[in-house]
Amino acid sequence: MTDAMRENSKSADGAADHGPPVLELRGVCKSYGNFQVLTDINLSVKQSERIVICGPSGSGKSTMIRCINRLEEHERGEIVVDGVLLTDDLDSIKEIRREVGMVFQHFNLFPHLTILENCTMAPTIVRGLSKRSAEDLARSYLDRVRILDQANKFPGQLSGGQQQRVAIARALCMKPKIMLFDEPTSALDPEMVKEVLDTMVSLADNGMTMLCVTHEMSFASQIADRVIFMDSGRIVETGTPTEFFRNPKNERSRAFLSKILHR
Amino acid sequence: MSDTQITEISLMPPTTRRDDRLRYLIAVPGAWAKRNLFSSWSSTAITLLLGYFLCRTAISAIEWGILQAVWTAPPRDSEACRIMQGSGACWALVHEKLRFILFGPYPFAEQWRPAAAILVFLSLYLVSALRSFWRPAIILIWAAGLAAIVVLMRGGIFGLPLVPTDAWGGLPITLILATFGITAAFPLAVFVALGRRSPLPVIRWLCVSYVELIRGVPLISLLFVASVIFPLFMPDGIHLDKLLRAQVAIILFAGAYLAEVIRGGLQSLPKGQFEAADALGLAYHQKITRIILPQALRKVIPPLVNTFIALFKDTSLVSIVGIFDLLTAAKTSISEPIWQGFSIEVYATVAAIYFIFCYAMSRYSRSLETKLRISHRA
Repeated sequence: MTDAMRENSKSADGAADHGPPVLELRGVCKSYGNFQVLTDINLSVKQSERIVICGPSGSGKSTMIRCINRLEEHERGEIVVDGVLLTDDLDSIKEIRREVGMVFQHFNLFPHLTILENCTMAPTIVRGLSKRSAEDLARSYLDRVRILDQANKFPGQLSGGQQQRVAIARALCMKPKIMLFDEPTSALDPEMVKEVLDTMVSLADNGMTMLCVTHEMSFASQIADRVIFMDSGRIVETGTPTEFFRNPKNERSRAFLSKILHR
Repeated sequence: MSDTQITEISLMPPTTRRDDRLRYLIAVPGAWAKRNLFSSWSSTAITLLLGYFLCRTAISAIEWGILQAVWTAPPRDSEACRIMQGSGACWALVHEKLRFILFGPYPFAEQWRPAAAILVFLSLYLVSALRSFWRPAIILIWAAGLAAIVVLMRGGIFGLPLVPTDAWGGLPITLILATFGITAAFPLAVFVALGRRSPLPVIRWLCVSYVELIRGVPLISLLFVASVIFPLFMPDGIHLDKLLRAQVAIILFAGAYLAEVIRGGLQSLPKGQFEAADALGLAYHQKITRIILPQALRKVIPPLVNTFIALFKDTSLVSIVGIFDLLTAAKTSISEPIWQGFSIEVYATVAAIYFIFCYAMSRYSRSLETKLRISHRA
């Protein structure tokens, strides 16, 4: 991905800025017993917007994005994904999950299936694609994450970085409108972080709407349209990467940044 | 460096290499024995002592079972065996009673039918053991096979005379109870294991009570309930077959144990597998059948087969409620006065039959584990 291309996609975003939001969280709250995990979360995400969520551990970042595809249930507030209101109704959950891809910290590939089968399973049984077209699709995405040559291996035979790239391809095969990343590089050996981040950058360059929980601050400043800082279950600060890194307004963001940047 | 090595090897005359191999063949077992059997004085003493007892047992077993054994005798005549009793086995008895041991009181003229049923069972096992037959059609093969067994045994259609279940006996009974037991208890157990993890309290509570109630009582008492108490509660005129009732008791019993084994497999899976399936939009049944069960069952093959083997042997308990299984048939076959006292030969035969089936299961489970480990490396 060249800089010129990135410039292009950035300018394309300008038009999308005025589009309707593909994801909206309004007053979302959640608690485990007496412990309040999320308090009054409000967030609106437009098409092709790239959002990086950071904050100390236990601040509710993961819980927030896991509420979006109902891996966690929110208690109050509304979550609307691509015009569909997330309720207890199984159909709404199913519809939303079809449009929202997720990449986990621990990859969560299916160890009993080959790389190719990992990628074709959901498109065939959830989207109803034929085996043939699902395989073509899977091959094209595996090629994009540069792992096509491993298609017939099992996940256990791949390195962590390779597995995470497969996990990204697997999510993309469902042609999602939004991608959620839950600390995708935290479980990786340092030398493998870059290959995964590169894959994510190229995804961002292609206009994917992304919500990414990560501690990779250089990645955040490279691709994020907005950085969200969370602490104790609240969104404490929101801003462009430049604003947020150069001049954090909130005391807690400053404390967090000084810890993370001066390691 | 490597060059010189290559020349050395290729220059070595063939005879020397063969001698080397010979020396190797002798030296390696020698070294093994020295390391494992004769490493110290105490170890040598124990080796010699155990070796002595092993040899003595083997010699007397061969003498009793083969050298001094009585192989043939006139029908219904135990004279030859009586003379050798205590020093030689009476295989003539087993020879005479084999059909009774295998088929029990089944009408003599019709005994080709249970024999054919046994063959159908064996071919079903064989077909299922071959991985090339592992496709959906195998369910049809099994359904057809089990139906054929029932038709063969019971008759009443296709011109076969009707044989009521009271007259069934021997090995087919054992195979029927074990095979129908496992094929019915397994799906039941999967549902119960999944039910115990259900978010609906009523389902969870039902599954927990089923497992705990069944596990809390011995199989014998379940069989008594099925054969004695259960009919008392049936309305007049409705009669459920005794064998069927015992079969249901065995299914319920095995189901409870298998459910716990499968639940163990489900719990060993990381939460991430469930979440990844959810996040991809798989429906519950798709997630369970394609992601969760294939992994969970693979992890519990050893305890699953353990339960299968235990179930196979537990079927012998049905003798308590008057069903003629393999062991009961064997016991009955020596109840005539002339054959009193020759139980060892008959029981050894039955033990050998049990062992063949149980050992086959155990070997198959091990080969399955190895195969699955090699193909998935996980």
